[in-house]
Amino acid sequence: MASTFRKNGAAAESLTPEYRVAPERHEAAKGLHVQEQDAPQRSIRQAAPAGAVSGEGGVALRLREVSKRFGTKYVLSDLSLDIEPGSFVAIVGRSGCGKSTLLRLLSGLDGASEGELTRDGKRVKDIDADTRFMFQDARLLPWQTVIDNVKIGLASVNATEAQRRAEAALELVGLADRANEWPSVLSGGQRQRVALARALVGQPHLLLFDEPLGALDALTRIDMQQLIESLWTSRGFTAVLVTHDVSEAVALADRVILIDAGRIALDIPITLARPRVKDSGFAHFEQLILNRVLQTGDNASGNRERSDFDI
Amino acid sequence: MNRWSRVYASSLPLFIPLLILVMWQLTTSTGMISDRTLPTLVDVFQAGVRLTLDGTLLEAITVSTMRAGTGLLIGGGIGFVFGLLNGVLGIADKLTDSTLQMLRNIPHLAMIPLVIVWFGIGETAKIFLVALGVMFPIYLNTLHGIRSVDPGLIEMGRVYGLSRWQLYRKVILPGAMPSILVGLRFALGIMWLTLIVSETIAADQGIGYMAMNAREFFQLDVVVFAIIIYALLGKLSDTMAKWLERRWLRWHPHFAKTAPPPKA
Repeated sequence: MASTFRKNGAAAESLTPEYRVAPERHEAAKGLHVQEQDAPQRSIRQAAPAGAVSGEGGVALRLREVSKRFGTKYVLSDLSLDIEPGSFVAIVGRSGCGKSTLLRLLSGLDGASEGELTRDGKRVKDIDADTRFMFQDARLLPWQTVIDNVKIGLASVNATEAQRRAEAALELVGLADRANEWPSVLSGGQRQRVALARALVGQPHLLLFDEPLGALDALTRIDMQQLIESLWTSRGFTAVLVTHDVSEAVALADRVILIDAGRIALDIPITLARPRVKDSGFAHFEQLILNRVLQTGDNASGNRERSDFDI
Repeated sequence: MNRWSRVYASSLPLFIPLLILVMWQLTTSTGMISDRTLPTLVDVFQAGVRLTLDGTLLEAITVSTMRAGTGLLIGGGIGFVFGLLNGVLGIADKLTDSTLQMLRNIPHLAMIPLVIVWFGIGETAKIFLVALGVMFPIYLNTLHGIRSVDPGLIEMGRVYGLSRWQLYRKVILPGAMPSILVGLRFALGIMWLTLIVSETIAADQGIGYMAMNAREFFQLDVVVFAIIIYALLGKLSDTMAKWLERRWLRWHPHFAKTAPPPKA
């Protein structure tokens, strides 16, 4: 089933005919283009909208037979994957499946053991100024004010320009009035907003999220999801989100990739219009992915039961 | 009501010292304690006034403070540099840490006979002892501070492409600062202790010398006065260290109440 989804987008499309995106709703979601029946996910955001500011946009990522092992243990094996520029990809999976490792490879923080990984055609060696990484915790410097933390995202910019851009970034995440406070007085959600402002201030073309909302409460999480979605829509960077929350993946991503035991177990386009509401279409995708996630667990426990019988 | 309770709260730490002073004066002036054992408070006070007026006190304090400060600067500087190096470079740590840990376990005051042979009873001997004493608490706490910097923050620095120097200045040093300041406070205590001992044993100037000299002439009031001066100097340097903590650790929630961040 998984291979059907991965190889043939049309098959995925035919499973969900009633949830196809209506053309008029495309207009509401900036950057989304009407899809062709034969290649539904490829057209999403591929052509940048006319309103895009110059210098913005996303990078393309390409993985060919990438593996990562620690010692002799393979965490990821033979992954091949193309991520379209400007798309929003969610990577889901059980804990320990290798999804965070994959994200670290994409960032360049860790190197692949085997295979080739390119960003816009260039081999990924180390993390660069065009790539930003958001962690589960905000990782703000407690000894610098909020605005100084945001300025860390700006290298080699003069002081007044840095101040202006940092203020603009804080404005973007709705924290302009907290600029001169210490991070310790902010709530968890506010700290993640500052981290987001810091990530965005350098106008990266690739933003990688490693469960950035995992530690937040449910309401703050919804706020942050909307914020991330609207920033992605207006900036057009490529976004890769690692999460164990299937609902979050469906709410944000164009495409959900399920990793199981170091391999891609499922790769489906989410063809819902934005902004997304939790209607039956949403539930359909959520159930589809969740079933597959649970199936991977069932297999494991199934095998165990069988071996118990053998004894 | 509220104001009175504030005054009450702020004067509370003074209560016990005042009580001791009163008891001291009462027991000595009534003869319960002989003035050959302990001079009266008033005698000590008069001795203080006398020494202040003839300039002996100022000179003694200047000499002692200079010794303490120079020793702290040299020893603290060496400890800080080694702490920094060993915290950051694995090779430096392997090379020097075990040697430093070994030296640390030698009570530095046990070196006094040797130090007198080496340097005589001049300034060098006392500065050497103070430097030796303060080096280790600063070294240990700098090292510990650097090692306890959140690795997540260092990784964040890597994501944002901070240079090695920026990483040092923006992440590692401020992260280690709370621990370094704890080391400084330890070091200040050891600094005065070492100075008192070395000045008492071998000196021709300074507060310790003043006290030992007075003992020769059985001027117990001067001896007690010198002890009080040491106590005050110790308290003063601790207050300065606390002031540094408040100033450099403004971001820390513990100090946040006393000093709000600067408005840009």
